[in-house]
This record gives sequence, C-alpha cells and structure tokens, in this order.
Amino acid sequence: MGGQTDALKHEHIVRAFDEELGRLTGAVVEMGGLAERQVANAVRALVERDVELAASVIQTDRKVDELEEKIDQDAVRLLALRQPMAIDLRMIAMALKISNDLERMSDYAVSIAKRSQRLTEQPELKPLQQIRRIGQSCLAMVKDVLDAYVDRDADKATAVWNRDREVDELYTSLFRELITYMLEDPRTISTCIDLLFIAKNLERIADHATNIAEKIVFIIYGDEINRPRHKVE
Amino acid sequence: MSFFYGPAQALKGIDLDIHEHTVTALIGPSGCGKSTLLRCFNRMHDLTPHTRYEGEILLYPDDVNIVSPDIDPIEVRMRISMVFQKPNPFPKSIYENVAYGLRVRGIRNRGELDGRVEAALRGAALWEEVKDRLDEPGTALSGGQQQRLCIARALATDPEMVLFDEPTSALDPIATASIEDLIISMAGSVTVLIVTHNMQQAARVSSYTAFMYLGELIEYGPTNDLFTRPRQQRTSDYLTGRFG
Repeated sequence: MGGQTDALKHEHIVRAFDEELGRLTGAVVEMGGLAERQVANAVRALVERDVELAASVIQTDRKVDELEEKIDQDAVRLLALRQPMAIDLRMIAMALKISNDLERMSDYAVSIAKRSQRLTEQPELKPLQQIRRIGQSCLAMVKDVLDAYVDRDADKATAVWNRDREVDELYTSLFRELITYMLEDPRTISTCIDLLFIAKNLERIADHATNIAEKIVFIIYGDEINRPRHKVE
Repeated sequence: MSFFYGPAQALKGIDLDIHEHTVTALIGPSGCGKSTLLRCFNRMHDLTPHTRYEGEILLYPDDVNIVSPDIDPIEVRMRISMVFQKPNPFPKSIYENVAYGLRVRGIRNRGELDGRVEAALRGAALWEEVKDRLDEPGTALSGGQQQRLCIARALATDPEMVLFDEPTSALDPIATASIEDLIISMAGSVTVLIVTHNMQQAARVSSYTAFMYLGELIEYGPTNDLFTRPRQQRTSDYLTGRFG
C-alpha cells in the first residue's frame, strides 16, 4: 500500500531489540484497544442509560494508567540501552506521545461515563441522539487511527486527520441546539450542561485521534502531516 | 573521485562537498571505504605500491588538487594534518612532539616556537595539565592526554583541515568525551573530517554526515536529518542495526 513504510522490512541484528520494540508497540495497541472500548461503552452507557456499563468504563481507567506507566518505563529504558536512530527512534519517541493521547482519551471516556450515571436520574432529552452521532464519528476515527498505527499506514492516518472537522461541525451544531433548549425551558439547563460537556469530551477525543494520526505520519516519514515529503528509498 | 588498490576499486566515484569550518563525519560498515577516503586527503596511500588515485580532491580556496602527482604530499600534509586511532606521540618530550612539525618547516626562533607550542597545546586543551612538565616524555602521559598531544601536534602547523581516524576507539569514556568536546570546539577555526565506527559519536560531533557502503557514497546530508530521517533504505538499515 502506498502509505506504508519499508523501513522495517529487515530485522535487527540484535534480535532482542526487535522483541523489545514489538512489546512496546504491543502495549500501545493494547492501551488503544482499551481506550477505544471505553469510548464505545461510555457512549452506549449514556444512550442506553446503563449505570453498570458506565461503572465498568470508570474501572478500566486504572488499567489504562498502568499501561501508560509501563510504556513510559519501557520507552525510556530502550532509549538508554539501545540508543535508537532513524525509524526506531521515531517509533519509541512517538510511543511515549501516543500513549499520552490514549490516556487523555480514556480520561474523557471516564468523564462521560460519570455524567451518564448522573443523567439516568433526569428525563431523557432529544439532543441525546445528536450526541450518539458525534460518538459514532468519534469512535470511527479512534478505530481507524489505531488500525493505521498497527498497519503503519500513513494514508489511513491522513484520512483520519482530515475527518476531525466533521466532528467539530457536529459539535458546533449540537451546541446551538442545546442553547435553544435551555432558553426554551430553564428546567433542562442542568441536563443540557451535562450533555454539552459530554459533547465537548467527545470532540476532544477526536482531537486526540488526529494527534495520533499526526504521530503515525511522523513515524513513517519523519516529517509533519500534509507537508511535501520524501519517502525512504 | 575514485581510488584503486591494484585492480580493486576501493572508492567508486565519490562526490562530496565538505563544508569549511564544520565537522563532517564518515560512517559505514567495515570495508566501506571511509578510511581509504580519509587517507586520500593527506596522501597516505602514496607509499602503498600499486595504488592509484583517479579524479580530484580540490582544496579551497586555491583549488589545489590534493591527489595530483604534481603536488608534493609534504605540502599537503602541512595544510591537512591527521590524528590516528591509537595515540602515537614521538619518543620525545611533550614540547618536542608539538614543535617537531614547526622545526620541519624551518622555524628556529625559540620565542616563536614557545608561543606556537603553547597555542597548540591550549588549542588541544592540554596546556594546563602539562605546562610545568614540558620536558617530560610524551609517552608518559595518559592515553587521553597522549591523544590530545597528537591533536596539539596536528594543530601546531596551523592546518586548514584536520583528519581524525577513529580518534577515541582506544580511549575510555571520559577521555572520549574530552576529545569530542575538543573536536567540536576546533570546528570554528579548522575543517574537520572524522571517520568513526561509533554512530552516536558521529551524531554528537558532526554537522554533516556521509554514509558509505562498498566504496560508494550512499547518502550525505546534515547530521540531524541523516540520523532521524535518512532518505535511503540502506542508511536506515545501517543506523538502526538492521544490516543484513
């Protein structure tokens, strides 16, 4: 595929280094899987008013934090022991940054889950369906960007990057809708504000997905996204 | 520029612009030709039988072709000096080690010799350590000090360029760090060309790096770019230890 990199087609002479790099990226992928599921479940818990599911999202946070810490330690150890260069260096440095984005995503999912628990005590509002749409777009971005990371696919990452505006627009239109609700019926203000924060959290999750997309492109080309660049020959 | 050992071509049309007053590193696996190339710069191959230079190495600003048979190698070595892998001080005093090249040049005036020996030893960051024992043999110094003495000897004749062939591979990490510091500080006044097997060293000291493989120049560019985002697959494989 066009956007993929050949820089990894040979193995390291020191095979232990290949294994260590594999473990590091494996931990990033595992963390991504957890964060993705948290986002999916947080949105489902909200829409289906499922308090139990929300609680499980909140619990998973600890596991995500542990993985981030493990990635930090492993990456720093690899930098110290292997003195990596070129694509190895970019992979390790970006593992550190991507894990940070995933940890933030997980925190936003937890925040959504907590609000969703509170919202089950209030009557349901129509804008919830709009939030579900934002959630779907956002989740698709998270899923695709993780696929792009696993496949080292710069084209797929760039496609995710280009989709961020979609979520931004959905968020802006929901924002207007919620303001109308609050103006019409002040008793909905508390619920609307919760929904607004939830939408904002989803919009931030999409931002982190685009951040990760940028880092994937950097891993592959050593350059920033949407710049004219050279490919490793 | 090409170079032959008998029928074997060791350098295959190397085309390289070396920037003045910067450090340029030559890296590559054993046998890639980096040391052969370095040695061309002060005609070290002249005494090896059946060798042949082809092409030119032009020395700025007068465009003298260093490898032309019409050019006296002694004159080249006055302008381009060399520091080797193992410290190799002459079995003479510290003072005489540095003064030697100056005397060869015909400088006899004691005052001038003293001044230039001191300047060279200061340039090699050795003066403070040896100023009270200039009459002691150079071989009595520690390995790192001997190497700095060799650098002082190389600097004494005010060369335009200094060649380093693996200058720290026989030294401990502390002595290595002081030599690296010295190389970086020298770059303001002389052009440095260094061959090293230690890629981290190349990354630390040089502004430009050339990667060579099987006698060819594969990639040449700013060190920052070459080590973080090499353009050539072979460079990437070598830097990341993926050489098959």
